[in-house]
Amino acid sequence: MTSEILTRATTASSEQDEIVLVGRARRRDAIFAGLGLFILFVAMAFLLALIADLFVDGFSRIDMAFLTDFPSRRPERSGILSAWVGTCLVMFVTAMLAIPLGIAAGLYLEEYAPKNWLTDIIEINVTNLAGVPSIIYGLLALGFFVYLAGLGRSVMVAGMVLALLILPIVIVATREAVRSIPQMIREGAYGIGADKWQTMWHYILPAARPGILTGAIVGLSRAIGETAPIITIGALTFIAFLPPAPVQPDFPFVNFDWLHAPFTVMPIQMFNWISRPQAAFHVNAAATGVVLLIMTLGMNAIAIWIRFRLRRRIGL
Amino acid sequence: MSSSADAFRPSEAFLRRRRLIDLGMRAVLFLSAALSVFVTAAIVYVLVSESWGFFTEVSLWTFLTDTQWTPVFAQPRYGILPLLTATLWAAGIAIAIAIPFGTVLAVYLSEYAPAAVRETVKPMLELFGAIPTVVYGYFALLFLTPLFQTFIPGLTGFNLLVPGIVLGIMILPYIVSISEDAMRAVPASLREGAFALGMTRLQTTFKVIIPGAFSGITAAYLLGMSRAVGETMVLAIAAGQNPNLTADPREGAATITSYIVQMSLGDLPHGSLAYQTIFAAGLALFLLTLFFNIVGFFLRRRFREAY
Repeated sequence: MTSEILTRATTASSEQDEIVLVGRARRRDAIFAGLGLFILFVAMAFLLALIADLFVDGFSRIDMAFLTDFPSRRPERSGILSAWVGTCLVMFVTAMLAIPLGIAAGLYLEEYAPKNWLTDIIEINVTNLAGVPSIIYGLLALGFFVYLAGLGRSVMVAGMVLALLILPIVIVATREAVRSIPQMIREGAYGIGADKWQTMWHYILPAARPGILTGAIVGLSRAIGETAPIITIGALTFIAFLPPAPVQPDFPFVNFDWLHAPFTVMPIQMFNWISRPQAAFHVNAAATGVVLLIMTLGMNAIAIWIRFRLRRRIGL
Repeated sequence: MSSSADAFRPSEAFLRRRRLIDLGMRAVLFLSAALSVFVTAAIVYVLVSESWGFFTEVSLWTFLTDTQWTPVFAQPRYGILPLLTATLWAAGIAIAIAIPFGTVLAVYLSEYAPAAVRETVKPMLELFGAIPTVVYGYFALLFLTPLFQTFIPGLTGFNLLVPGIVLGIMILPYIVSISEDAMRAVPASLREGAFALGMTRLQTTFKVIIPGAFSGITAAYLLGMSRAVGETMVLAIAAGQNPNLTADPREGAATITSYIVQMSLGDLPHGSLAYQTIFAAGLALFLLTLFFNIVGFFLRRRFREAY
């Protein structure tokens, strides 16, 4: 197009030609901007249609009984009690593993890692793991945790595999948060005699906390919705009992039997209900989807809010 | 802080303890980072060792060329082709939608939109990734498929077309985000030079920005493709679970991922050939996505180094 303009500009003697040419280029420019805006609206309309469809189909189905009933053969008496309890327990395990491990790995890569081949290998692995399909993690958990380590198809294995899955998200968030801390904070800490770990613990980690928190929340919201890896480890789709309670009235007051209990989670319950032919079960699926959406979108809203506040604070 | 308050120097014991903690934490942090290497190794080990048994029973040649996949039939056939073509059909439809839409949207956000619009739209696009994939599956099967059936004749209840389109929308934000990063990494001086020559933003985009960000944009396409190939739930729900070597995306067909889901839902005896098939299928999927990821990784690294 450039050469076209140049040759036209030199050969065409009349000003009229140039005006036409510029006018056409401007028109194309405006059309393209309109096209971008149009695609943006199409994408947003798709998102809204998806959310609206789910709410229309399922919102009226949600009541107290739906949240406190076990799944049943009769759709109108089915509920998601075992599913949401399972989701909470699995998320607890995931958070306990992914957050400390992700922070530690991110901190190492950003603050400690020397520039050598070993660091390169670790970095390439973190990037690659973020791109491995979630169902492959499911196969890893099935072959490695369930059979090789003999942990069974339990809450613990589900929590572990989801932790591995969201680890790259927490690592990347930690690295970005740590990287944005001004160098003078480190120098100030070293200047008053702190060693490396003291600097990290007392200065860097507290300053990076909002960024890390955002990453952890986004990661956990992904983990809540993950279905494929949990199906692969063989989570049951029909569970009409709860895992043993984590707290008990007598010594030692906590009980870890729930870690080994069979379980189901909300996305699996939803998948199970979608797969049934009866339309009444589809309504249950939509209602489960609404609960899931409220949880994941709510968590993301919190993350966006933290990021927004953080930006304002740095702006000051 | 010092254990001997009367002296300026802290005691030897205190310093030794601090040094020990410092070294200990360094080791803990290193091990956490090295976990990623261990996880990759474990994935490769599990996939290879579990599918080893499969490939001693079924030759690699049969696996790659047989046109039927019926592992649980009385006369089992083990050809990955039906699963692979369904996977590539769905991913192909997804990428055919996501590339034009994603590129235009990335150009719009990077070159046209005011900063306020960009900063509002980007977090909204991230919400696409926050929605559980099983919800997308519900939407594809129970809303979009009946809708599309009204104007596409011959579209079956389970098909590859609708999940392919939904996949395209799902990977759209991912492609937008990476290619927009690449476009914004093109130095402002090049952009200003083009404007100074009298180019419009559109001419600048095609003559300067896209050539300058080419490797990054290609990386975005490849990484998007890898996502589409590995996506599971939308296909398991809306594309059916019947292995079907077809050239017609209006028909349903099981992909590699939905086959793994289908088998996992049943009771798979550990060590049986049926159990091993899901690892063989998983290995094929892993290699496929690894290929896209590695090429994408190096292309992305190149655009980061270029400027």
